Amino acid sequence: MNRRIFLKNGTMAMLALGFAPQFITKTVQAARARRKVLVTIFQRGAVDGLSMIVPYGEEWYYKTRPSIGIPKPGAETGVVDLDGFFGIHPKMAPLAELFHRHELAIVHACGSPDPTRSHFDAQDYMESGTPGVKSTRDGWLNRYLHAREHADATPFRAVSLTQQLPRSLQGPAPALAMAQISRFGIQAGRQTDTMQADFESQYAAAADQLLGTTGKEAFDAVKMLKGVNAAGPYTPANGAEYPRSGFGDAMKQIAELIKSDLGLEVAFAELGGWDTHVQQGNGNGQLANRLDDFARSLAAFYADMGEGMADVVVVTMSEFGRAVNENGNRGTDHGHGNAMMIMGGPVKGGKVYGKWPGLAPERRYENRDLAVTTDFRDVFTELVTKHLDAQTTATIFPGFTPTQRLGILG
Amino acid sequence: MSHRTIGAIAVFVAFTLASQWHAAAQKSDSAVPSDPDAPTILHALNRVAYGPRPGDIDRVRAMGLAAYIDQQLHPETIPDPAVDSALAAFPTLTMSEEQLAEKYYRPLEAMRRDQQQKQAKAAAKTAKAGDVAAAAGDPQAQLPPEMRAMRQDAASVLQNLMQARIIRAVDSERQLNEVLVDFWFNHFNVYAQKGVVNEYLNTYERDAIRPYVLGHFRDMLGAVAHSPAMLFYLDNFQSADPQMGRRGANQQVEQIERRLNNPRARVTPEQREQAMARLEQVKKNMPRGLNENYARELMELHTLGVDGGYTQKDVQEVARVFTGWTIDQPRGGGRFIFRPAMHDPGTKVVLGQTIAGHEGVDGMREGERVLDILAMHPSTAKHIAFELAQRFVSDTPPPTLVDRAANVYLATNGDLREVTRAILTSPEFFSVDAYRANVKTPLEFAISAARATGAKILVAAPIVQALRTSLGMPLYGCQPPIGYKTTADAWVNTGALLARMNFALQLVGNQQRAIRVDVPSLAPDTSEATRTRLVGQMLAGQISSSTSATLAKAPNPQQLLALLLGSPEFQKR
Repeated sequence: MNRRIFLKNGTMAMLALGFAPQFITKTVQAARARRKVLVTIFQRGAVDGLSMIVPYGEEWYYKTRPSIGIPKPGAETGVVDLDGFFGIHPKMAPLAELFHRHELAIVHACGSPDPTRSHFDAQDYMESGTPGVKSTRDGWLNRYLHAREHADATPFRAVSLTQQLPRSLQGPAPALAMAQISRFGIQAGRQTDTMQADFESQYAAAADQLLGTTGKEAFDAVKMLKGVNAAGPYTPANGAEYPRSGFGDAMKQIAELIKSDLGLEVAFAELGGWDTHVQQGNGNGQLANRLDDFARSLAAFYADMGEGMADVVVVTMSEFGRAVNENGNRGTDHGHGNAMMIMGGPVKGGKVYGKWPGLAPERRYENRDLAVTTDFRDVFTELVTKHLDAQTTATIFPGFTPTQRLGILG
Repeated sequence: MSHRTIGAIAVFVAFTLASQWHAAAQKSDSAVPSDPDAPTILHALNRVAYGPRPGDIDRVRAMGLAAYIDQQLHPETIPDPAVDSALAAFPTLTMSEEQLAEKYYRPLEAMRRDQQQKQAKAAAKTAKAGDVAAAAGDPQAQLPPEMRAMRQDAASVLQNLMQARIIRAVDSERQLNEVLVDFWFNHFNVYAQKGVVNEYLNTYERDAIRPYVLGHFRDMLGAVAHSPAMLFYLDNFQSADPQMGRRGANQQVEQIERRLNNPRARVTPEQREQAMARLEQVKKNMPRGLNENYARELMELHTLGVDGGYTQKDVQEVARVFTGWTIDQPRGGGRFIFRPAMHDPGTKVVLGQTIAGHEGVDGMREGERVLDILAMHPSTAKHIAFELAQRFVSDTPPPTLVDRAANVYLATNGDLREVTRAILTSPEFFSVDAYRANVKTPLEFAISAARATGAKILVAAPIVQALRTSLGMPLYGCQPPIGYKTTADAWVNTGALLARMNFALQLVGNQQRAIRVDVPSLAPDTSEATRTRLVGQMLAGQISSSTSATLAKAPNPQQLLALLLGSPEFQKR
């Protein structure tokens, strides 16, 4: 197995370079512990959930979306059937297979209790995990990490494949943001090694304890990655082919980090381009192109991880859904309820979870949008308590009492 | 170490000061040492300013530390010719709200609407042709070039503001003023990326924050309450008396429906369709009523503080008070306006005080009254005193200092110059506990590094960019209204720490072509004499033996400087 080879070679490499052995011990323990990994993906800009997971069995769906509705299964550019009522967008066909293998679950009509249709506020609420409360400073993922700080944690416990730390990972627990793992470290050209060693010895002697420990973590992390980067360019397993896109690249790096056994527990990636007010398209077009990149990246990750998916759960989210009716520009305006996807070995997939409220006008939220029947925090709660090891979510989602048990993770 | 003595001595100094109004009683309260050592001067420069430039420690010693602090408290007396001439390159900085709207935002809005209509027509056409494939593509990419150019033009207003912020922080002689602009902007934080906030930032910082950082708090609070930036950011511009708003909309709905249902009115099918569309529009835009966001943050963040003694009921009542405080045409650079039609004229009770309701334009007086009450509330005094003491003294400021500063606030009717003075001249400020107690924020780090190396800022973009990306503290880019944290725990993490070292390397490597460090005159060589001089002017000679050893090994001046700026000692202030 890949990870064993790395451990062996990586260890040799580190020793050859004279690096502190205590980290290696830690890494070996980490590998034995079989860490659970949660990968969170944010579709920024409010993806049209009704085009991703299509309620093709609803007459109102086609009534309200004459030009942007995705045709029924069997038709050209029609949906791929999931359960006789819902179908998945044709460009997301690679994920239909996972659904039928019971490794992909959908939660539909899911979202926030807050009525806002502002991207800014809704993303903020979904990432802070406190809908309606603007002054929350930290994110829900960080509160989870903070609640479960442990001695075996490595600097790679929480990594965001973005330039900046996303709101959901901000807070007191350590978390890393790195758009390119190969660029993480001291950048001083030919002097890199000596500069790194010099800074390291400075920080080892820092009078300030916080700077001292953080400095140590930083240089430990750099050294750990050096082993990974020294192994040469990453080759995905099982013939997995990631799209050449920012998101595909991020998913590939997450797979690389997991397989390198650096102690990753929570990963974050994001992709935009979902705010389709104009010319949304249907089975083809603007939205379809974004979904193609999205689904192929996820499918490649799944294939690449192979058996490793036994310990991994991926969840996708977006701040709100889009209005049921298509607008005058063959697009959709900001709405309310949306669809989330949860995939991985531990997932009880093959099912669309959540109560379906229907699309008839009187069943809609404010007569226009898909209603929310599942609070997104109910989904997050199952992720952190069933997949990860949180005992309680009282500090992770302050003021929130789970309203229903979905059973996505058993 | 010599600095250990600084706090123990409460020095009563007699020094010559330019300002005659400065009461003798206040002078005798001052704990500013009359014969400060280098670490004490460095300490003051790290707090009152964004750290020392080469030679600053000697300059302050020559003029006297107390005189320096007093001068910084009176920025209007300090000439600033270099910054004045540098800022002349950015004409948008001095344009009025109306000029900016006329030149940038109204034409942009007009073009945006025009573009929307065109797209709608094109969409209708393609719908008829049944051409689905034509729908592909990014709508941004389809923007006509003149609109893209116009957007870029408008974006330059914000870019200029960012340039100016960096140039002032690095080069202004009025350092305390710049430190306070950053502090107060953060206290009254708004976020550039929310909607049209970016269009109002220039005037917000210039007209609502800058003039008052050493003035009276009530004036700043009022200017912020009237600012379109804050009204938009915290949604108050939409907040309306639910009854009043609905009444108006309902009247319109009734009118349209009556017309449609009147058999004698001759309505063509086309007119009917238009009327139906209008009806839909009115219903869609039906005012949602009260928005509490501003009211809540006004008390929680701007004035009383989270435990300041208000209730959810108070939040609702204050929200009712501020109904009608809105923006005249928020898309298109419009200005503050009070709309009596949106205002709830009923009686309110705020913090136990009855606020009589008013119809018409007098309704605005209620808001002013509430701002008066909040500004002079003891909880506000304590909240402001705590935040200032945290910025200038330590992450956990001594309660005695906070109480004293809060008393000065109440005694001087919220005079921020006197509150700031009380903190900067306090024994706590000069205590051993405060020395190098704070970790610099990324902004403070980047600015202090530029100052320490005497960097010449030709274009500030590299610093703006570093703050936005690797250093993780974008200018005007803090999303939540609470603003950036100023305490160490928020800024010390592995990635950010490495980013600081890399910033140091880039700065002195002159890789940032827009920012020049004159390495040969700053560090002609790596000799012991040079090292001692640099460690003296940047860190008052105080570094660990380990840091000292790395400097001694530095193979060239660039690396010597990078090791100094990236060192743990330089991360603190």
